[in-house]
Amino acid sequence: MADSTSIKQRMPFRIRVEPRLSEPPVWYPALVSFGALIVALVLGGILITFAGGDAIRSYQHIAKASFGDIGVLSDTIVKATPIILVALACSVAFRMKLWNIGAEGQFIMGAFGASAIVLAPVLPAETPRWIFIPVMMLAGMAAGAIWGFIPGYLKAKFNVNEIISTLMLNYVAVAWVNFWIFGVWTEGGFQMSRKFPEGASLPRLLEYAKSIPALRGLTTHLGLVIGIVAAVILWFIIFRSRWGYEIRLIGDNPRAAQYAGINIAQNTIWVMMLSGALAGLGGMSEIAGVVHRLQTAPIAAGYGFTGIIVAWLAKLNPIVIIFVSILFGALILAGREIQPSGVPKMIQGIILVCLIASDFLLRYRIIISRGEE
Amino acid sequence: MTEQSSSTSEIPLIVEMRGIVKRFPGVLANDHVDFKLLHGEIHGLLGENGAGKSTLMNVLAGLYRQEVGTIFVNGVPKVFSSPRDAIKAGIGMVHQHFMLVPSQTVTENILLGLDEPRFFLRLPEYDSKIAELGERFGLKVDPRAKIWQLSVGEQQRVEILKMLYRGVDVLIMDEPTAVLAPQEIEGLFVTLRAMIAQGKSVIFISHKLQEVSAIADRVSVLRRGVCTASGVASKGVSRQELARLMVGREVVFSIDKKPSNPQGVVLEVDDIYAENDKGLPALRGVSLNVRAGEIVGVAGVAGNGQSEISQVIAGMRQCKQGQVLLNGDKVSNRTTLFGIQHGMAYVPEDRTHVGSAPNLSITDNVIMKNYRKSPISKNGLLDMKAATRLANELKTAYDIIVPSVSTPVRLLSGGNLQRVILAREISGLPAFMVAVQPTRGLDVGAIEGVQRLLLAQREAGAAVLLISEELEELLSLSDRIYVIYEGKIMGEVKVGGENADEMLVDVIGQMMTGTPLEQIQKEGAVA
Repeated sequence: MADSTSIKQRMPFRIRVEPRLSEPPVWYPALVSFGALIVALVLGGILITFAGGDAIRSYQHIAKASFGDIGVLSDTIVKATPIILVALACSVAFRMKLWNIGAEGQFIMGAFGASAIVLAPVLPAETPRWIFIPVMMLAGMAAGAIWGFIPGYLKAKFNVNEIISTLMLNYVAVAWVNFWIFGVWTEGGFQMSRKFPEGASLPRLLEYAKSIPALRGLTTHLGLVIGIVAAVILWFIIFRSRWGYEIRLIGDNPRAAQYAGINIAQNTIWVMMLSGALAGLGGMSEIAGVVHRLQTAPIAAGYGFTGIIVAWLAKLNPIVIIFVSILFGALILAGREIQPSGVPKMIQGIILVCLIASDFLLRYRIIISRGEE
Repeated sequence: MTEQSSSTSEIPLIVEMRGIVKRFPGVLANDHVDFKLLHGEIHGLLGENGAGKSTLMNVLAGLYRQEVGTIFVNGVPKVFSSPRDAIKAGIGMVHQHFMLVPSQTVTENILLGLDEPRFFLRLPEYDSKIAELGERFGLKVDPRAKIWQLSVGEQQRVEILKMLYRGVDVLIMDEPTAVLAPQEIEGLFVTLRAMIAQGKSVIFISHKLQEVSAIADRVSVLRRGVCTASGVASKGVSRQELARLMVGREVVFSIDKKPSNPQGVVLEVDDIYAENDKGLPALRGVSLNVRAGEIVGVAGVAGNGQSEISQVIAGMRQCKQGQVLLNGDKVSNRTTLFGIQHGMAYVPEDRTHVGSAPNLSITDNVIMKNYRKSPISKNGLLDMKAATRLANELKTAYDIIVPSVSTPVRLLSGGNLQRVILAREISGLPAFMVAVQPTRGLDVGAIEGVQRLLLAQREAGAAVLLISEELEELLSLSDRIYVIYEGKIMGEVKVGGENADEMLVDVIGQMMTGTPLEQIQKEGAVA
């Protein structure tokens, strides 16, 4: 008895971890996430200091470079726009526990599909914008949906692991688009297509600078509105529709869903197609709002992977995704300002780890009590 | 801390637990419980599910740490920080769920975690040692057999041998009879008595009164974490008294039910063959029928094909041969949805993994079967107001105790969750309901509530198929009982009428271990 107790008694208090048996109050998750963000910034600051930098100044610089004035804020939003759509794409698949790692490829295929309308050409260059844009949106979504359908069908029919198939299809998508821009739509031998006509680009704020001078130089484009509308519609589908209910039920407990008479295979295909369509819409928005020509380098910039992180951080909630995407847009933009890589990526990573770790506090309580034996 | 045990009696106390307090989030599992074990006795520890029996014994076995209180072993205070410490002090526990490695032999399982043998296993040497030990206590099991080849009863013997091999003097058995057939239970009792004869002491945890009064010398009773009887001699106390100590009120042993008035056949199971998850034959020519307005029971030891029957009926498992008809429509080998749309309700065995979606709210869980229909569904959208209204109505009608219907169901107690599931299934006004183990793991009050709901279904004219391992429950609720053994129906008996319960139990018990009814009748037991 003596030896084992004496060791225990050296601790003045005991820390216990217990699972929560009741829901924490509504404000609690927000508080925990905010706390995690602060902790992440402090940790990042310590690392910056160790690297010989000035943490406070770095953070000030990041803030200024992404939210400092309306111009950079606009740039932040431009960066955030594709992330919103791609994160929405990931969130709907993840909701059903379908690990779609292929948003990147679906995004690229969406860009390709939208470009094909201009380059094939399906519509002549002088087509008015109000026809061009909707047709390109549909084409982008369709191309993305096809890219989602393939792994969805394979999963539903042959139980092919969607992580592998979606990941591999990313490379196929890049190769496919490269083939077209190198071989078919190349402009004078460069690895890019010709520039799109005016009608095939999404309207930008700067176009209205003549009537409202404050908008001069702002590149924010209609894609932001598309993203927000998509988020709201997706929220409705998930939380207010029969289909969304089935998706949530399958995601939470596939056996219960089967028990409720839900066809899981069919839903797998439909959800992968919806996911692909949303990512494809992201690709269309980027190509028609920012790049204005088909080109792999700026569109295959890893938005598909950032979308995965954002979807998780937003806890798969479509509305929260909008805000998290803007935060990530800011980090990407600020990253270019201070360092091409490195610190901003590191901060992204630390924020991600802290937020994921903080989830623990939502599920468990920590109880510190005076030791007694 | 050097206080000595203040036992005044002549017989030494081998274990004394004093003032044990153990808290779990939201529950006071043990509230200053005292427990005394005499040398050489079988001590029954009675209590409902959730009364704190297992918790108390897990503290004694070193699995949990008490917050307050002291454990004395042979009068010396001990602190256990792991089961290893408890075993060192001579206390070992056989848990309800066995902790064995299926692909290894009996000997390997018993040696697992010991310091000996060090490097070379020298298994044959240990095989004979273990065979010898088994012989001594009447625990017959082949040391070279792989665990997966053994029946549940044999696996239990391995668990007991594991503890005996480690030299424990006190063996704690947690609900040991839950998994056994009546004949196997008798065998276990023989073993326990043999152990007592050789100077061991046994703590026998159970919530079954008749078993405890059959085997135990003395009984302690726990109710909601409090000790309501400590070390009463089991000879001097009636079952009714023990029951009152367990639940704090008189338990009605048989539920009053009106005589049955069965109508036409609703469910017809016709000669079905099906495989289990491992692809082995689980059902081999099962036929049975259920008429409107009756409850038909299926009795059997766990794992004889009961789960598979319910799954085939509900359309969640394919059958190889045969068919299931629901009001004349074939429902087997069709979608689950087909059955649901034709008035089938299903209360699955596994409440958390099949019957509910743990992270979704009560509202989301009660609309699982009817979200496709008005008023919940409108043009593909869900009317959440209507859904919430329904959930609140069911919450009141079925006594679901929870602050709000937006609570995720993973936070509900077993009884509340089962009421959510039953509320959902019954509110669909089913023509037929199959309920598998609907009262398992629930406390007495909740069990009674669930049983009344099933009887109400019968009175409302529904056909109910009740699959249960609780013979008493089957006898008090069913109008007829089929007995299943290794995927075959051994026979069918009528409940009530000229057949006395004791005789039925005997016949059912024989069928549960594989004797077909005709053979029993030939031997002249029952008409």
